[in-house]
Amino acid sequence: MFQIVRKEILNPSIKLMEIEAPYVARKAEPGQFIILRVDEDGERIPLTIADFDRDKGTVTIIFQEVGKTTKLLGSLNEGESILDFVGPLGKPSHLDGVKSAAVIGGGLGTAIAYPQAKKLHSLGARVDSVIGFRNKDLIILEEEMSKVSNRLFVTTDDGSNGTKGFVTDILKRLLEEGNRYDVVIAIGPLVMMKAVSNLTREYGIKTIVSMNPVMIDGTGMCGGCRVTVGGNVKFACVDGPDFDGHQVDFDEAMRRQLMYRNEEKISLEEHECRLRGEKYA
Amino acid sequence: MPNMSLKKVPMPEQNPEARTRNFLEVALGYTGEMAKEEAQRCLNCKHKPCMQGCPVNVNIPGFIEAVAAGDFEKAYHIIKNTNSLPAICGRVCPQETQCEKFCVRGIKGESVGIGRLERFVADWYMSNREQKKGSIARNGRKVAVVGSGPAGLTCAGDLAKMGYEVTIFEAFHTPGGVLMYGIPEFRLPKALVQKEIDYLKQLGVEIKTNMVIGKVLSLNDLMNEGYEAIFIGTGAGLPNFMGIPGENLNGVYSANEFLTRVNLMKAYKFPETDTPVKVGRNVAVVGGGNVAMDAARCAKRLGAENVYIIYRRSEAEMPARLEEVHHAKEEGIIFKLLSNPVRIIGTDDGWVKGIECIEMELGEPDSSGRRRPVPKAGTEHVIDVETVIIAIGQSPNPLISSTTPDLKTNKWGCIVIDENTCATSKEGVFAGGDAVTGAATVILAMGAGKKAAVAIDNYLKAKPNKIKAAE
Ligand SMILES: Cc1cc2nc3c(=O)[nH]c(=O)nc-3n(C[C@H](O)[C@H](O)[C@H](O)COP(=O)(O)OP(=O)(O)OC[C@H]3O[C@@H](n4cnc5c(N)ncnc54)[C@H](O)[C@@H]3O)c2cc1C
Ligand SMILES: Cc1cc2nc3c(=O)[nH]c(=O)nc-3n(C[C@H](O)[C@H](O)[C@H](O)COP(=O)(O)OP(=O)(O)OC[C@H]3O[C@@H](n4cnc5c(N)ncnc54)[C@H](O)[C@@H]3O)c2cc1C
Ligand code: SF4
Ligand code: SF4
Ligand code: FES
Repeated sequence: MFQIVRKEILNPSIKLMEIEAPYVARKAEPGQFIILRVDEDGERIPLTIADFDRDKGTVTIIFQEVGKTTKLLGSLNEGESILDFVGPLGKPSHLDGVKSAAVIGGGLGTAIAYPQAKKLHSLGARVDSVIGFRNKDLIILEEEMSKVSNRLFVTTDDGSNGTKGFVTDILKRLLEEGNRYDVVIAIGPLVMMKAVSNLTREYGIKTIVSMNPVMIDGTGMCGGCRVTVGGNVKFACVDGPDFDGHQVDFDEAMRRQLMYRNEEKISLEEHECRLRGEKYA
Repeated sequence: MPNMSLKKVPMPEQNPEARTRNFLEVALGYTGEMAKEEAQRCLNCKHKPCMQGCPVNVNIPGFIEAVAAGDFEKAYHIIKNTNSLPAICGRVCPQETQCEKFCVRGIKGESVGIGRLERFVADWYMSNREQKKGSIARNGRKVAVVGSGPAGLTCAGDLAKMGYEVTIFEAFHTPGGVLMYGIPEFRLPKALVQKEIDYLKQLGVEIKTNMVIGKVLSLNDLMNEGYEAIFIGTGAGLPNFMGIPGENLNGVYSANEFLTRVNLMKAYKFPETDTPVKVGRNVAVVGGGNVAMDAARCAKRLGAENVYIIYRRSEAEMPARLEEVHHAKEEGIIFKLLSNPVRIIGTDDGWVKGIECIEMELGEPDSSGRRRPVPKAGTEHVIDVETVIIAIGQSPNPLISSTTPDLKTNKWGCIVIDENTCATSKEGVFAGGDAVTGAATVILAMGAGKKAAVAIDNYLKAKPNKIKAAE
């Protein structure tokens, strides 16, 4: 069992948890992820390692409540435990030698991008970060990101924080102004990563995206997480999750993510019925 | 006077109609009376021809004689002498190509039902006796076993009985390997595998799950933690795909993914359990081995109306156990033999809607000795399906070898060992099972685990005991 030692609510649908998992903490690197299972009947779901503390033996995850498992996880409190927690899985991000980078986070993707920005900053790279959200109530990690960035741009789809537009609008402006980067790291919804990759392709700037297909084992044994990169089939859990954004077949990835949409709805509805049943029983 | 019936005593089974609607075991097992009757068909041959077909040399006439005499307990101990997992092997060994292949009763009529008897004896013991562990003197030396399939479980059990402090490191959240995530409940009840695992725990074996070796800990980390020897039994878990167009369409599964969802994650109970699986009205399973049969029969049980097995050779070359093919046919699985997929066809929004196949004919034998299938031009045709499951084999997972540069593998990714000592190229590291041979059988994996346990014991006895030296 893996104990929740800290829980924070970052915005109405995003929560942070610090989990006691000494083996994972010992080896974790930015870009890697864990797979957890809340209880005996639970699904195995992947979440990025948002932070880790080797001395305390803890790992931080930040997750958005989108379905049954993430809601169930979000309902747990400090002191309670998760049944299974395995990692670190996947390849660490390759950040050595980068002197300047733009880190782009879309919504929850900001949480996944944060450890990368932090590592780059600690390696002495110049970091421009752009993070975007639907509205100002959903903004997360603004303070953390600003600490590890030379410049931080926060934008909202509806302009409710004073800056209106998509992350790509800001990145485009930065590029048009003549800013150049060794690498652009883009993490967020597939459509956003696709848009960023299309933009940077014009400028010939290397772009790394973090793929998040449905996974089970996370060790290369099921092939469910396959993505097409440069015409070749890759398993995101062992070959990634980071890939060259200019090579990824985003349209296929978007389609594959819809594979279980109906089942996800059923699972969530069943979960909520059960909750209501308990409440009013 | 032996029982001269030409046929085996029939195995009671759930009828095909009923069983395609549940995941309960298909074969129900002999009663004591049936077992004695079947045992009396054995002629107790002096040269014991059947034994040469058993990879672990079970004393077959010996145990069958005890069954015939009604001494099931004695029969059990005779089997257990060389076979650690009789309840499992009795159910899943390909008997027709092993022990029963050499049985003299098979020359005219059916061979003795060795597997059925082995299963009966093991089941009888489980429900009537406690597996006893006796008292074991601990020697304080630590051995790590990586992977908890039949190879790892057997190696761990044998080493624990010799007094070693054994820890199993398993990547998944549940131990058991293919026995848990691959072979379905209706063929091998998971409670039975769990019993074997519980017994290991009684022997003092510690099982650490969620431990992906090569990621969470490297082999060198294990050595630094004080493990003096390591056994690698990580199996052959990497799924092969065909490399044909359409393999990434929604609705295409590797058999590994499909079976893991169904067996390990219990998707057949969805939404009571959280992991879903998608099964269309029409399902194509590509391949002709046990894995293909299991996937096809699971799909049927999950509600598919038409399930096709697409296999490029003929039935005679099919590597699946005879019983599985027989059961699959009874359950209405449709066999498309001498047929090979050339592409998977999708709808505009990316879901599988058909599989295009080409007919094959058998040519000259290839390196495996089987006649090579060659396509017949102009015979392409489309079968309408919404789900495709690819079951054309697995290779060893490179997770450990890729993070252990001094561990030698061959061009198929199999770990290279010394046949006699089970030793790998890395000092103190031994290996066996599918990780060494590529996808094979439960009994071979178990045999490899046994052999490695002896080899590890020899190795450690010859090596100065670090702990004692430090005292
Ligand atoms: C390598 C990797 C790292 C990830 N890191 C994070 C993270 O740090 N924080 C976080 O909140 N989420 C992360 N995800 C996504 C997370 O795994 C899913 O949100 C989660 O599995 C949803 O489970 P659920 O049962 O709550 O929802 P479900 O009912 O399964 O799904 C609800 C919605 O989420 C989408 N979804 C389902 N499974 C996935 C998936 N594997 N990946 C992406 N979307 C999915 C569905 O399309 C659907 O719209 C990551 C995914 C991967 C593959
Ligand atoms: C669907 C199916 C049906 C089959 N039917 C039959 C049958 O009827 N009869 C028969 O004889 N054989 C059958 N087989 C083959 C048989 O199951 C295998 O040959 C046998 O299980 C191999 O045993 P093993 O111990 O070598 O490996 P496995 O059983 O594969 O176990 C390996 C274990 O190691 C774990 N592991 C892998 N990598 C790591 C790592 N890096 N760190 C930690 N743990 C790791 C895995 O999670 C797994 O639990 C079948 C196989 C399948 C897939
Ligand atoms: S272990 Fe397998 S091959 Fe050996 S006797 Fe038993 S069923 Fe036959
Ligand atoms: S060959 Fe057949 S009949 Fe002879 S001892 Fe073996 S099982 Fe009995
Ligand atoms: S999640 Fe199974 S292979 Fe990647």
